[in-house]
Amino acid sequence: MRGFLLNRLSQSLVLLLIVSVIGFVVLNLLPGGPLAQFGLDPSMTQDDLNRLKEQLGLNRPLWMQYLDWAWRLVQGDWGHSFRDGAPVLDVIGRHLVATLLLMGSSTVIAIAIGTWIGIRGATHRYSIFDYLATVGAMVALSIPTFWFGLVGIYVFSLRLGWLPAGNMYTIGDGSVLNYLHHLIMPSIVLALVHVAIWSRYMRTATLDVISQEFVKTARAKGLSERRILMKHVVGNALLPMITLAGMQLPSVLTGALVTETVFTWPGMGRLFLDSLGYSDYPVVMGLLMFSAILVVLCNLLADIVVAIIDPRIRLS
Amino acid sequence: MTAIVANSRQERWWNSRTAHRFMNHHLALLGMVMIAVLTLACVLGPYLLPYDSLYIDLRARFAPPFTGHHYMGTDPLGRDLAARLFMAGRVSLLVGFSAMLLSTLIGTLVGVIAGYRGGWIGTTLMRTVDGFLSFPSIFLVLALAAALKPSPMMITVVIAATSWMEVARIVEAEVRSLREREFVQAGRMLGLSGTHIMFREILPNAIGPIIVAATLTVARAILMEAYISFLGYGIQPPLPSWGNMLNGAQQYLGTAPWLAIIPGAAIAIAVTSFNFIGDGLRDALDVRGDHN
Repeated sequence: MRGFLLNRLSQSLVLLLIVSVIGFVVLNLLPGGPLAQFGLDPSMTQDDLNRLKEQLGLNRPLWMQYLDWAWRLVQGDWGHSFRDGAPVLDVIGRHLVATLLLMGSSTVIAIAIGTWIGIRGATHRYSIFDYLATVGAMVALSIPTFWFGLVGIYVFSLRLGWLPAGNMYTIGDGSVLNYLHHLIMPSIVLALVHVAIWSRYMRTATLDVISQEFVKTARAKGLSERRILMKHVVGNALLPMITLAGMQLPSVLTGALVTETVFTWPGMGRLFLDSLGYSDYPVVMGLLMFSAILVVLCNLLADIVVAIIDPRIRLS
Repeated sequence: MTAIVANSRQERWWNSRTAHRFMNHHLALLGMVMIAVLTLACVLGPYLLPYDSLYIDLRARFAPPFTGHHYMGTDPLGRDLAARLFMAGRVSLLVGFSAMLLSTLIGTLVGVIAGYRGGWIGTTLMRTVDGFLSFPSIFLVLALAAALKPSPMMITVVIAATSWMEVARIVEAEVRSLREREFVQAGRMLGLSGTHIMFREILPNAIGPIIVAATLTVARAILMEAYISFLGYGIQPPLPSWGNMLNGAQQYLGTAPWLAIIPGAAIAIAVTSFNFIGDGLRDALDVRGDHN
């Protein structure tokens, strides 16, 4: 267990290192590089820019600039937003809750429905349900999230008038119910793709477990199918899904960006697009690095949780 | 040596069983037909329709579908939506296909080298793959697209630069298992160079998974182009693409829903078709691995 943890931890550190190198390359590809902020200012002459370059150490070799940049990242000095001068981490923090709310609720929906579809598909293999679920998943994976959102707004907001077309709450009404009402459509839209992915993997995982010897033993003992499923199959099938949940995080974040844009949800994704529109590169870079670091850490967390739950890893 | 491998490969790909299995995959066939129809419509459509995709007719703004010869209606500038849809299809399909070629090339190269060389080269390459996969793809694509000049060529490169990792992983795993096979050892004993073994002996035997991954990558690339063009950082107007046709559609959702529904449906049909074909090829070529 300790060996496993140390191994996994060092892997994550290496990954963070590589992530930071990729981030640094992107930073230097941005127009004006780290000096983009001042390039937009007409009162700055080329001489001023050169002097700034000298002061900020931007004419040093790239690897020294990288070390400097990475060290500041580690210290939590992520620069300041061009727009309001606030520290980048504060700006991200202001938008984090909205995104976590959206991602959390859609993940709950995706896991609940996806697990059910996956198990039913595995236990009723090659049935009409299984076939429809398979085809449905492939179609769901092919529909752009934003289009699903637009159609949802058209049907449920504009035609039926059941659900709000955007925003997180009605101004002047801060009740929990109002938040929930605004949360329904974006979280379902964001969940769609992940229901598809989750149900496919859950089906495979369940089929894997069903073919194991201990399930045969349970049958031989005379346990009912239902009891076998609940006690022996589902738990074991869900175990690899924890890892999957971690691995799906980048795609959930991608979906969140699009969903937040369509539904004017004030989260990280919308902040990213707004910052891109204002050429607010410190925030753009901050969100890029923040999301990647989040992904690495969540994958690490998922593996640790699996290791704690799974006796095969825990006791090795 | 090469001739023998090539021959056995040909037998494996085109024998009746593989073809039979693919033909029996109804969804894959449906996908093939839909892609064929869509491609044909995009290639020929603009010549057959009475309107040019850039012809602005302010008297015919927001015409709903089936108004006169505007079979799909018109957009806020009175441009014929059908004409635009087919011209956009050319751009979207071409970008998707080119991005697939480029990313498959990158992914295959990385995967073959990492899988065959192994050691620290392999580890470094595969950790780089993991690194790229840690970024939510759209954040990376948008940052790069905003940084670089948004020409169709650049968009293709940016999409390819962020979608080669799946192929690399698949190829690496395949090559790593093929590396120990007898014909590779025979090649080594014959004194063939590493490059020759990698690309002439091993690669032809890993072509099945590559084809499947490439087909699914077309689907992903079309989807990614749609996402970034929808958000305004992809293909720039007046050149239409399926994604940028949807760019302004949200504000007219109440009055002209066809502006959002028709291009979105085209994207969904194209992407679904490629996913169906990929699935059929996976079954037909007997490629392991789970659906993603």
